[in-house]
Parts: sequence; structure tokens; C-alpha cells
Amino acid sequence: MASKVIQALYDDDDVLMHAVKKVRAEHHHIEEVYTPFPVHGLDKAMGLAGTRIAITSFLYGCLGLTVAVVMMNFIMIKDWPQDIGGKPSFSYLENMPAFVPIMFELTVFFAAHLMVITFYLRSRMWPFKKAENPDVRTTDDHFLMEIGVHDNEKELAALLMETGAIEVKVTEKES
Amino acid sequence: MYTFSNKLRIGSFIAMALGLIFLVIGFVSAPSTVEEAKAMVAVHGESHDGGHAEEATAEHVEEQGHGAEAAHGEEHDSSHDTHLLHQLQNRPWSALYVAAFFFFMIALGVLAFYAIQRAAQAGWSPLLFRVMEGITGYLAPGGIIVFVILVLSVMHMNHMFVWMDPEVVAHDELLQGKAGYLNPVFFLVRAAIFLGGWIFYRQLSRKLSLAQDESNDNSNFVKNFRWSAGFLVFYLVTESMMSWDWIMSVDPHWFSTLFGWYVFASMFVSGITVIAMVTVYLKSKGYLEDVNDSHIHDLAKFMFGISIFWTYLWFAQFMLIWYADIPEEVTYYVARIADYKLPFFGMLALNFIFPLLVLMNSDYKRVNWFVIMTGIVILFGHYLDIFNMIMPATVGDQWFIGVPEIGGILFFGGLFVFTVFTTLTKAPLQPKRNPFIGESKHFHY
Repeated sequence: MASKVIQALYDDDDVLMHAVKKVRAEHHHIEEVYTPFPVHGLDKAMGLAGTRIAITSFLYGCLGLTVAVVMMNFIMIKDWPQDIGGKPSFSYLENMPAFVPIMFELTVFFAAHLMVITFYLRSRMWPFKKAENPDVRTTDDHFLMEIGVHDNEKELAALLMETGAIEVKVTEKES
Repeated sequence: MYTFSNKLRIGSFIAMALGLIFLVIGFVSAPSTVEEAKAMVAVHGESHDGGHAEEATAEHVEEQGHGAEAAHGEEHDSSHDTHLLHQLQNRPWSALYVAAFFFFMIALGVLAFYAIQRAAQAGWSPLLFRVMEGITGYLAPGGIIVFVILVLSVMHMNHMFVWMDPEVVAHDELLQGKAGYLNPVFFLVRAAIFLGGWIFYRQLSRKLSLAQDESNDNSNFVKNFRWSAGFLVFYLVTESMMSWDWIMSVDPHWFSTLFGWYVFASMFVSGITVIAMVTVYLKSKGYLEDVNDSHIHDLAKFMFGISIFWTYLWFAQFMLIWYADIPEEVTYYVARIADYKLPFFGMLALNFIFPLLVLMNSDYKRVNWFVIMTGIVILFGHYLDIFNMIMPATVGDQWFIGVPEIGGILFFGGLFVFTVFTTLTKAPLQPKRNPFIGESKHFHY
């Protein structure tokens, strides 16, 4: 279904921040803001919910740690018992110090890689995906705020121009 | 201006008085003859019999440390008894030394953190400079006390440093080889140079910091920056040597090349923890109104990060020695795992697992009482760390956290609180003309 949106372009992040606060104060719902770089504090100004990526990171880390323990136990103790450091105890626990670097590395490896993959999927980004970016200038030096239109085009356009937008346009958006 | 609250002042005096009494009890109840020592252990013996096999192995290890007394064979019994006497006599001294060094180390760790902030021209921290300067106020008194204890050791008032005993050195080739470095005179000269340099920088930087408040330009700030950068170079070398001298040399046969870093990590994390705790305390009393949750958050991040750094170094030292399994190195850990199981592994839980799990969540780092509770655990863990560095060499299996140890903590803790908060009353808690003060006020994460 196509929906009507109004897009306002800004050429300064401070102006954008004030505009976001003002638009929200007027109780309009900001659908998205496109910026060429991460703007500090923008997520709070837009009222976005906090990220939950840290929780996934912790879980992935636990998974990596488990994989390391199980893997080293299988390789070095069960499948082909090794005499580690001249201490032929053949017990996982007694040889544990030798496995700590592997446990650490796999924890970090799993947490980092799976977190990045999760982030991409959650942001709906995958190879060969068509860019959602409505205006190429937002990849250079412009900022774009997108607000849904519900029969209040004129009022919104006036408000946005007032906040310092350099350009305001209304378009149909596929979604 | 901060005024020292009466409650805290009286509390610190009570702690000092109580600590002093406990320490005196510890010194008085130490045995003075071999017979007394044997009687004391015999009474205790019943409670921990069955552990004798462990004791025997540890005894061997200790014997190596004590070199000359290694008269195995027929005379073993009597040498064992003298050894026991020395261990029991060492206990109050070691308790005193561990606590004195622990609180001194906090001030030194804060000084290093402060110098890093100055040298890096950090924008977030200037609001906390007066807190840090207050804590480093303990550097001079604490350092002088540690120095006096070292002088008393050189004067053979105790047997903590066996290499100071010419009798021992005469029968020990390894110690003779090290005598060019490990000899009493050079030892005290080095200690004086280290302490002199640190205290000099602390006083100078404090003076420049206060002068900056009244000045019309930034020349004091720039000077402070230069001195701080220079100090860090001096500190990195001297801190490492200090750790060999004052701590590693209680086990004079054993050495570890990253020991200096390891001790540094311990003092750094303890220092940062104390900065966070004092800041939270002052905020709760209505001072430091410009310090916000983000500052606390940053300090807690450091507590978290440096705790992991400490563990990394602890493990790096442990794993290499465990892996190589060379007798002269591995004795260090054999003694600790045989006789110090609880403090040795307990400290890992307190210093690593606990801060790791508790401070991992970003939101918890902003909850002030949470930071205080974690701080107390971290400080206790790092006291145990120093305890584990000194005690196995000086008292062997005769350790206990009892009257002299608690007395040491109370006495030096009281003195520390008294000195730090007295220093805090001497200057406004917020630097006036630091060029970064505006950035620090607006700091937010």
C-alpha cells in the first residue's frame, strides 16, 4: 500500500535536532530520519526505544563460551587425549588454564560476529537490497526527516519550513 | 567549600583507635620464643589436623625461600621450629605492611589516573580533579609510613624480607648473585627516590592546579600538562621497580617479568573505585552538583574495564608458569594453592566474576548505590590480592584474617579517610578556571 509522506531536508544537524524536538512537541509522528552520519542524541530526541542488541550480545557470548568448552573437551580430552604441558591428567578441569585463551576468543568471536549479523537483519539490510534512501543528498551533507501525512499537508509543511528546513516535499511511498 | 562532617571524622578516629588497639594486641600476642610458638600451633593444631601433608609440601617451598634455613635432614626439626617462630612473629608485621601498602597503593593509583587525565587533556574529568587531588593527599603520609616499615625491616625488626638477613645471604648463592641490586642500602635509596618523585609531582601538580583557579591565563594548566606527561614516564619505570622491591622480593628466588604491570592493574582499579566512591559520597551530601550520572557511568566503566585488565594480567602470569611447570617458578603457585585456596580463588571471584557480571549492564553503572556496593567488593578483593602477594612468603600456612589484619585495615582505613577528607576541605571542590571545565559540565553519554 502506498502512503503519503512529507519529507523535509535540513543542512545542519543542530537545526535538525531542534526541528525533531519541535515536531515531536506538536505531536506528529516522525517515521524516519536519514542522516549522513550518526547524530549524537538523535535517538533520544526522536523517542526511539533503547536497543536490545546488548542482550543478544550477552547470549551470543555465552553460546561462544559453551562452544569453546564443548569443542576443546571433545578435541583434546575425549577424541584424542593429549598430554598438555607434561601433565597427563586427561581431565578437562585440570587442563582448563590451557583452554582459557580459546574460551575467551570464541566468546568474543561469537558475540561480535553474531551481533553484527543480528544488527543487519534487524535493520533489514542484506546483500543486493535496494536502498531505502529517499534522497541521495542524505549520503553527503543533508539530513532528511520523514513524517506521515494524514490530511494535514499544509499545516505540516508550514511547521517544517518554520523549523529551518531548506526544502519540503510530499511524495507517495511504497511500503 | 567542603566541610568535613563530624560523623565521618569521629568514625575515622574510632577506626584508627580500634585498629591501633588490634594491632598492638597482634604484636603483643606474637610469640617471642620457639617454645611459645610451638605451644600456639599445638593449640591450633587440633582444629586443622589432616592438613599436615599440605603443610609439609608448603614447608618445602618456604624452605627454598628461606634458603639458609634449608638444613634438611637431622636438624630439620629445630630449623622447622625456628621457621615457625619467624612466621608467627612476622604475622603482625605482615598484617601492618599489607594494610599500609594497600591504602598507599590506592593513593598512588589515583595519582596515575589523575596524571593520565592531565596528560591526555581529557574533557570529561576536570570536575573530578579536586576529588582525585584529595585522595592523593594520602600519598605523602601513606608513603612515609610504608617507608618507615621498610626501614624497620632493614633494621631486622622483622623477617619479612629474608634477603635482608646477611646470615641467609651467606648460605644462598642465588641471593649472593642478586646482592648487587637486592641489598639494604640500595633498597632504601631506591625507595626514597620513588617516593620522593611521586610526592614531588603530587605537590607540584596540586599547586599548579590551585594556581590555575586564580590565574588570568592558561600557563599553569600547560605546565601541569607537561609535568604530568613527564611524571607518567617516571611512574611507569619506578612503579615497576617498586613492585619488585617492596612485594616481589619477599619471595627473593622467584620472579615474574610482568609483575609490575600486575601490581599496577591492582592499584589502578582500586584507585578508580575509590574516586567513584568518594564522588558518589560527596554528591549524596549535596556537593559536586555539576557531576552527573555520566561521570559516574564513566568511572564505573573504568572499574569494569580495569577489573578485566587485572584478570588478564593475573591469568597471563599464572598460565605461563602453570604451563612451563619449572620448579623454581611454580613454587609460587604451589604454595598459594596448597595453603591459600580460599583467598587465592576467592579473590578471582571478587575481582573478576563479580564486577564482570554486575557492572556489565550499562544502566547499572549509573545507579549510584550499585557502584558503591560493587566498589566495596572490588576493594576487598584487591586487599586480598596484596594479602596473597605478601603473606605466603612471610607467614606461610600460619595465615588468618584475624585481629592484626582487621586492625591494619581499620587503622589505615581510618587514617586514609581522615587524610583524604581533610585535604578535600582545603580547596573548592570545583576547579574554577580549568579550560575544560565547561566541557566537563556538559559531559553526557
